[in-house]
Amino acid sequence: MATMTYREALKAAMSEEMERDESVVLMGEDIGVYGGTHLITDGLIDRFGAKRVMDTPIAEGGFTGAAIGMAMMGMKPVVEMMTWNFSFLASDQIIQNAAKLRYFSGGQVNVPLVVRGPNGGGVQLSAQHTHSLENMYGHFPGLKVVSPVTPADVKGMMLTAIRDPNPVIFLEAGALYGTKGEVPDGDEGVEFGKARIAREGTDVTLISYGRQVNLCLRVADRLEEEDGVSAEVIDVRSIRPLDEETFVESVKKTHRAVAVQEQWRLFGVASEVASIIQEKAFDYLDAPVIRVSGAEVPAPYARNLEIAAFPSEQQVANAARRTLYIEEK
Amino acid sequence: MPAESEEHVGDGGVETQEQRDASSVATDGDHLVELYKKMVLIRAFEEACQRSFRQGKIGGYLHVYIGQEAVATGFLDAFKEGDRAITAYRDHPHVLLLGSDPKNVMAELYGRGDGIVKGKGGSMHLFDVERGFMGGYGIVGGHIPLGVGFAYAMRYQGTDHVTQLYLGDGSISNGAFHEAVNLAGLWGKDGMCPCLFIIENNQYGMGTSVERTTAMTDLARKFDAYGVENEKVDGMDLEAVLEVAHRAAERVRETGKPYAVEALTYRTVGHGAGDFFEKYRTKDEIKKWRERDPIGQLEHKLIERDLLDEDAIEEISNETKETIGEVTKFADESAEPPIEELYTDVYAGEDEYMGEK
Repeated sequence: MATMTYREALKAAMSEEMERDESVVLMGEDIGVYGGTHLITDGLIDRFGAKRVMDTPIAEGGFTGAAIGMAMMGMKPVVEMMTWNFSFLASDQIIQNAAKLRYFSGGQVNVPLVVRGPNGGGVQLSAQHTHSLENMYGHFPGLKVVSPVTPADVKGMMLTAIRDPNPVIFLEAGALYGTKGEVPDGDEGVEFGKARIAREGTDVTLISYGRQVNLCLRVADRLEEEDGVSAEVIDVRSIRPLDEETFVESVKKTHRAVAVQEQWRLFGVASEVASIIQEKAFDYLDAPVIRVSGAEVPAPYARNLEIAAFPSEQQVANAARRTLYIEEK
Repeated sequence: MPAESEEHVGDGGVETQEQRDASSVATDGDHLVELYKKMVLIRAFEEACQRSFRQGKIGGYLHVYIGQEAVATGFLDAFKEGDRAITAYRDHPHVLLLGSDPKNVMAELYGRGDGIVKGKGGSMHLFDVERGFMGGYGIVGGHIPLGVGFAYAMRYQGTDHVTQLYLGDGSISNGAFHEAVNLAGLWGKDGMCPCLFIIENNQYGMGTSVERTTAMTDLARKFDAYGVENEKVDGMDLEAVLEVAHRAAERVRETGKPYAVEALTYRTVGHGAGDFFEKYRTKDEIKKWRERDPIGQLEHKLIERDLLDEDAIEEISNETKETIGEVTKFADESAEPPIEELYTDVYAGEDEYMGEK
């Protein structure tokens, strides 16, 4: 075990895999000489050279498409979206080519591609630079979509992503690049499609992913302190494949669930979670499943407005209290 | 093409052994007859597709290559083992010219289990990766970045292979084209992009002429903006195409730098099989281009050079009819894909399917 930041863990996964496998290359805007906007790839161009750490023009569709072509030839490109907000420009390539190529080629082609970058808000970047795209990409068969929140998971899931023969959408918790955690030594990947129980509890299940998991953990502490309630926190961490069993089993135990997402309420991951719970654990529920989501506005700039646009501890705590039929605070 | 032009084959720089081989290939009479047969077969295949579409045996969209045969036939003559080709959705001739069995191609169009991609792609998504055909794609311009990526990978992996990247005039105004060609020029500076761009300029993107989509209609010169050298060729003249194709392919192979050829050609039939009315062009215009039909022109030359006579032409025609008859019969008799195929090939690996069945 070593203590690492989220940023260091991510970089370690990529550089260790590059050492092991020459077919792994990195591509993106300012990831080489500049070192990466978020310094994830800092110094890697000196270690691996410009043919493996490729600075690209600001043309997301073009370089993502070229990376798909490289992947079809057996290379393993890891493409950085400086932020996922720019991926709309690459989404034709990701959705129309990467996701579907294997199917419409009748299994003749694989696309072992990783597209990674910071997802979500929280750092006052306002409307065009703040999106949570897990439901958008999670919608398309052919893609795998993950959203790790701990340094251990970001390393283990990046190793798995690079080794996966399919296109992987790797959504990083951009606001948490500097957070620290214990990271296991070695090169073992974290399996996709397995949720993580971030905190065990008995009275209500809080289900989330990405940086909202940390919010749920704080809420769980608060509920215990203020209400004597024991909350279980589940980090789904893999959006597609989605581990339904872990949260369904949890709800069967607690009989109550709150699904938390930073993104907008309608058609989001939390809606999907709520729907699965009612299909698979309806008879176990003692209260409706509640979704806590972002406000239905483009992300604002001012700090106070931005904070108000995302789920708060109080909103999540009160949602949990509603499922328990205890007074809101 | 007048005989004296043939002397220019291989001009323009250092001539390698491969280029000398290439020029002899391009001018060999028997080889021209072979290519003539291929063009006749492609056209007959496309005409059979049109009939089958009207009979309701082919679904979805159908885009045929009638009138453009000399382009793919000429360029793919310069294709070597290990090379790759990629194109948009007018993709039947490319896969046939690379040696795929026309029976499996037709079965694909019929939506059958023997289809070349198991009935999962249809007309717009033919693939034969083993033979170097990396697919037909349905989104105009969307395949261009992929081909540029193939070319980078070829050099990264230390091979001397070349990507033949076919694109239509309709894709020239698309952002994917400009982003990809820019990357090709950039990577080519380090010899890392052996990509031969082949613009099949058939004058119309669906029903809109080149003149109505861009103020700068010299499509080869669009590549100047990205440092990619280029030229034009008469895409109705197989010999002219062959000369450029071999020279350009070897140049790209040798340098690792991209190169672009705009082949001026014409689709003498509608854009898609449902395009009956053709409000966008005149009968006169179609007639003029038909007079320059690539198969007719070549046939005329081969007769003049005593490489073919009327009997031989009839024999080729009969053989082709017989082949196409077998092809459509095979497709007709092939079974539909088993329903389990719905769930395969979504993902590589153990779990090919993630949903409920």
